[in-house]
Amino acid sequence: MRWEFDNTRPVYIQLCEQFTNAIISGALLPGEKLMSVRDLAKEAGVNPNTMQKALSELERSGLLYTQRTAGRFITENKEKIKEIKQETARLRVLQFLNEMAQLGINSQEIEELLSHMKKEES
Amino acid sequence: MTPILTCEHLTKTYGVFRALDDVSFTIEPGKIVGLLGENGAGKSTLLKILAGMLTKTSGRAQIDGNEPGVLTKSYVSYLPDKSYLNDWMKLSDLFTLFSGFFADFDIQKAKEMAKNLGLSEKTRLKAMSKGMQEKVHLILTMSRHAKLYLLDEPIGGVDPAARDYILDTILTNFSEDASILISTHMIADVEQILDEAIFLKQGKLILHAPVDELRETHHQSVDALFREVYRS
Repeated sequence: MRWEFDNTRPVYIQLCEQFTNAIISGALLPGEKLMSVRDLAKEAGVNPNTMQKALSELERSGLLYTQRTAGRFITENKEKIKEIKQETARLRVLQFLNEMAQLGINSQEIEELLSHMKKEES
Repeated sequence: MTPILTCEHLTKTYGVFRALDDVSFTIEPGKIVGLLGENGAGKSTLLKILAGMLTKTSGRAQIDGNEPGVLTKSYVSYLPDKSYLNDWMKLSDLFTLFSGFFADFDIQKAKEMAKNLGLSEKTRLKAMSKGMQEKVHLILTMSRHAKLYLLDEPIGGVDPAARDYILDTILTNFSEDASILISTHMIADVEQILDEAIFLKQGKLILHAPVDELRETHHQSVDALFREVYRS
């Protein structure tokens, strides 16, 4: 995985986001085994404690699970992944709508813009 | 968890000048802590006292239950701000020297790091560039299996590629119950690997907090926060 960080926000939150993106986009597959905390921390260039914190957070949200001796895996619960994918998409759209509102563009204008762009693409 | 390092009201004065002024904090095992501050803030003074190279004026410091001294030197690995090595020595001589001095020196690890950093064991220190000499010091310091690492400006003179390797080395080569106290000006370069930051200003500790907490409350990088704190 490629990691990028913005130092103005907590690193563990950004790790969570990037793992979540990788899982919902399919870059990390359901049931896939993760590297050890240390190796992941090294790959991302972050502190192992921070990586540990992010992984615990993702376990709490149900995207990862730990098998005591075998290691840490991506959840096999596809429903869960789909749910989080939709929730993430919803949040991004909300953010987009907010930005458009700030530009003074209403929902009708957005729809026009979208259909116009679709035509251009095809 | 029992702290690996405890400082209570640690003070160092030179005549009327207070180089270190009533500094109290603790560090738990497994943490990487950044010691940040402008020139003359007391960073090197603090590290020297903890390394047992300088006597405090008052207060108390305990490293794994002992005052800095002969005993703590066996489990504290210190990287000083200036070279203290004889420059006629080759890297291989230094490895032998360190093996004799420190029971926890891992010569295999040192050899491997030297290889990865492109250093020949046959080169004399004298013939190396400043950056290469810094790498040598870091190899010697990080090849010990210490409980506490005190690193005084470890990445000042090395190139960006070596800096990445050094930060990698720091991340992978300390054990889970060891801690690292690292002083630096180059906050942007190290802030991703830090657990906590300590800000020193004119000998006083003005802030000690987990770095992610700082980002959460101030919505800015530790680097930006540092600039703000030291401007006022």
